[in-house]
Amino acid sequence: MNRFAELLDRLGYEPGRNAKLRLIADYLRSTPDPDRGWALAALTGALTFKHAKAGMIRGLIAERTDPALFALSYDYVGDLSETVALMWPADQRQKTSPAPTLSAVIETLSTLGKAQLPAQISRWLGGLDEKGRWALLKLVTGGLRIGVSARLAKTAAASLGEKQPDEVEIMWPALTPPYLDLFAWLEDRAGKPSSRDPAPFRPPMLAHAAEQSDLAGLEAADFMAEWKWDGIRVQAVAGYGTHHELVTRLYSRTGEEISKSFPDLLQALRLPSVMDGELLIMREGQIQSFNVLQQRLNRKAVTPKLLTEFPAHLRAYDLLAEGDNDLRGHPFVERRARLEKLVGKLNDSRVDLSPLVPFDTWDELAAARADPASAGAGLDAHAVEGVMLKRRDAPYLPGRPKGPWWKWKRDPMLIDAVLMYAQRGHGKRSSYYSDYTFGVWSKGADGDELVPVGKAYFGFTDEELIEIDRFIRRNTVGRFGPVREVAHGPKLGLVLEVAFEGLQRSTRHKSGIAMRFPRVNRLRWDKPPIEADRLETLENMLKRREHATV
Amino acid sequence: MRPEDILVPTPSGVCCRPGGFHIDPTRPVDKALITHAHSDHARAGHGAVLATQETLDIMRLRYGENFAGSTQAVRYGEELRLDGVRVNFHPAGHVLGSAQISVECNGLRLVASGDYKDIADPTCVPFELVPCDVFITEATFGLPVFRHHDASGEIVKLLHSVELFPERAHLVGAYTLGKAQRVIAMLRAAGHWKPVYIHGAVEATTRYYQSRGIDLGQIDLVRGANKAELAGHIIICPPNAMSDLWSRRFPDPVVAFASGWMRVRARARQRGVTLPLVISDHADWDGLTATIAATGAAEVWVTHGQEDALVHWCQTKGLKARPLDIVGYGDEEEAEVASGAEA
Repeated sequence: MNRFAELLDRLGYEPGRNAKLRLIADYLRSTPDPDRGWALAALTGALTFKHAKAGMIRGLIAERTDPALFALSYDYVGDLSETVALMWPADQRQKTSPAPTLSAVIETLSTLGKAQLPAQISRWLGGLDEKGRWALLKLVTGGLRIGVSARLAKTAAASLGEKQPDEVEIMWPALTPPYLDLFAWLEDRAGKPSSRDPAPFRPPMLAHAAEQSDLAGLEAADFMAEWKWDGIRVQAVAGYGTHHELVTRLYSRTGEEISKSFPDLLQALRLPSVMDGELLIMREGQIQSFNVLQQRLNRKAVTPKLLTEFPAHLRAYDLLAEGDNDLRGHPFVERRARLEKLVGKLNDSRVDLSPLVPFDTWDELAAARADPASAGAGLDAHAVEGVMLKRRDAPYLPGRPKGPWWKWKRDPMLIDAVLMYAQRGHGKRSSYYSDYTFGVWSKGADGDELVPVGKAYFGFTDEELIEIDRFIRRNTVGRFGPVREVAHGPKLGLVLEVAFEGLQRSTRHKSGIAMRFPRVNRLRWDKPPIEADRLETLENMLKRREHATV
Repeated sequence: MRPEDILVPTPSGVCCRPGGFHIDPTRPVDKALITHAHSDHARAGHGAVLATQETLDIMRLRYGENFAGSTQAVRYGEELRLDGVRVNFHPAGHVLGSAQISVECNGLRLVASGDYKDIADPTCVPFELVPCDVFITEATFGLPVFRHHDASGEIVKLLHSVELFPERAHLVGAYTLGKAQRVIAMLRAAGHWKPVYIHGAVEATTRYYQSRGIDLGQIDLVRGANKAELAGHIIICPPNAMSDLWSRRFPDPVVAFASGWMRVRARARQRGVTLPLVISDHADWDGLTATIAATGAAEVWVTHGQEDALVHWCQTKGLKARPLDIVGYGDEEEAEVASGAEA
């Protein structure tokens, strides 16, 4: 555990990709099985433990420390696990329990009942130092957040055997922690691990976000375009098992199996294949909004009523395998042609093709993106988030290779809102007011008043943060604990241009409206608050979207 | 007589009216007793200055010959009589020459401890516990999250990193007085005898430590070295130089910072530090609380740092405690910014 803690600690501070790779590889090379395998599982996010919640950790520390000292410390440190790790009253001179190994921690955690957990965790904490305690708490609460992607960890593992990262990526879904077979292969002690799973997940290919300027350097003729749908990316897999029965599965883009929630769609996968596509709700031949899809996703029990009211639909856009043929090495045009045939053969209303968007020049595509309804999306245009560009000759590569695939999103919606309340950030931002509640004008009992419509805590630069922070400190009109009320009248106040991706009705907000991904797009120091937007503007935006769905 | 009749806390430092002097005043006064030479405690422009020889020497190095009207060197343990008041200097273990100042009058003893640490440091005389009625303490690391532990483990970590990244330079931010020399001395104690390079701002104090018989091995100036030869070496610089243009002259530097603050991740990240080293010249939480208890003082005054938590702790132990709200202590690093430019 101590070595793993050292690694996490060092990784958390190291910004350089190459240095991170070296630190991870150094650890994997010099740590025995199965510890290193569990560490790799932790770094790739393959581990989850159900019981350890922040509340339990708080309970443990509350039994051992003075509440006032804990409150002051937590306020200073800004992170619960770190505060507990630092404050834990371990007596260095008389360590009662030896430091546990990483394997022991993980094996114990996966079998231990909820009732025994607090006592076990405190025993472990007693045997570890600050770093070890921090790593343990991060591990059991499931939030490592040390700036290491799963891809980076796999790349480091691949470097042990001088293999290509993609090779590891492709076999990854067939591997299970602590990956003894993987390390054996990397160290030339055994052959390549193979999958006996009839319907395994394949790591998906992801796109880079494109700006208009990115396109200028690209040849329009090299690319094909599709709509980018506002649904959930899924992989639909069907393959023959040992007794020649067809095994069907649906995976999320992170490889999580979601078959149980979509029995209706599984029935449609009657031919052995691996399709990449968008999960949507389709009613009477028409795609429903993301809000409708969410209503199905949020249900735990899959009832017949749910299946009829929210019929799941797969809009397919790629074919990774057909029968025993792995098509990932083939160019996109070829995969697309085979996909079209396959969807025709399936002949099922629950599966259709994501249509191509015809274009000859980037200007034509820009026009289609601006008005999907007239460019072929028709009544489904409201569920279009933008366009996807795929190189005709590109193979299907795992991860996010730069160049073959681009997503060119629709421009976000914008409003001008007024800053009303501000709250201090945590950790690095603990000395800044960095969380903002903003509002728009609405008719109240005594004339126009601002009603809060959302919160934003990113989108601004470090310099802008300093300017906003200064404005808040100089214009505070009230304090409620960590929150400051900032002057917001018709003349005095700060107007924020807020960008967001969508709107939905909400009973939790006083305004009745909730935004998706709101962020500060621009500071409008030039604009007097009275000229900020009104609630009616948002309501009209929402109505327009709802009309499109009906 | 109340303790406040002997020492009066004022916003610019503690004043002894019956003895006619101030301790570590932050504005010019007629007579100043100085605990140690860090610039937030030792300022230029006083009439008379009483301090240890080392403190006076370092003040002279930093401020020039005429930093005070007159000076008087005081030895540890030497008793002074200032009007009706008995004054003694005792080792504080903070940096070379650092002292606690005890003030006695009418059978009451107050100790102004300045900055102190209660653990070993190869570059200065160890902290001496002085029993007293009123203990005046700092609280730089006065939160129970600060436990510094054995600093030699941090030196091992630094040397392991040098081994893992031999093509990179390791830039260690350290306060120019005390920390820089302590880190070098600890590297030597760990068996690292390669030349250590220093930033120009660290030179004067480092040479002074050497002149007092502290073995720091071969010390070279960064100024004279070319980029390639700095790879695989340890370079000591003031903290503010780490993120300065100055740091661009090094091959892909690993940025380390030797400070008690490095215990908290957000603090390390704020500084862009990739190798935090928890090495402190101040007492940690356990050190502060153990020292307070051991002095036997019934009353504790807290000068600067995280006063709230330490005052709260004293009160839970039945001690009378209050923060002093002195303005200007703890700005050691800010004061270094000015001198950092001399590279």
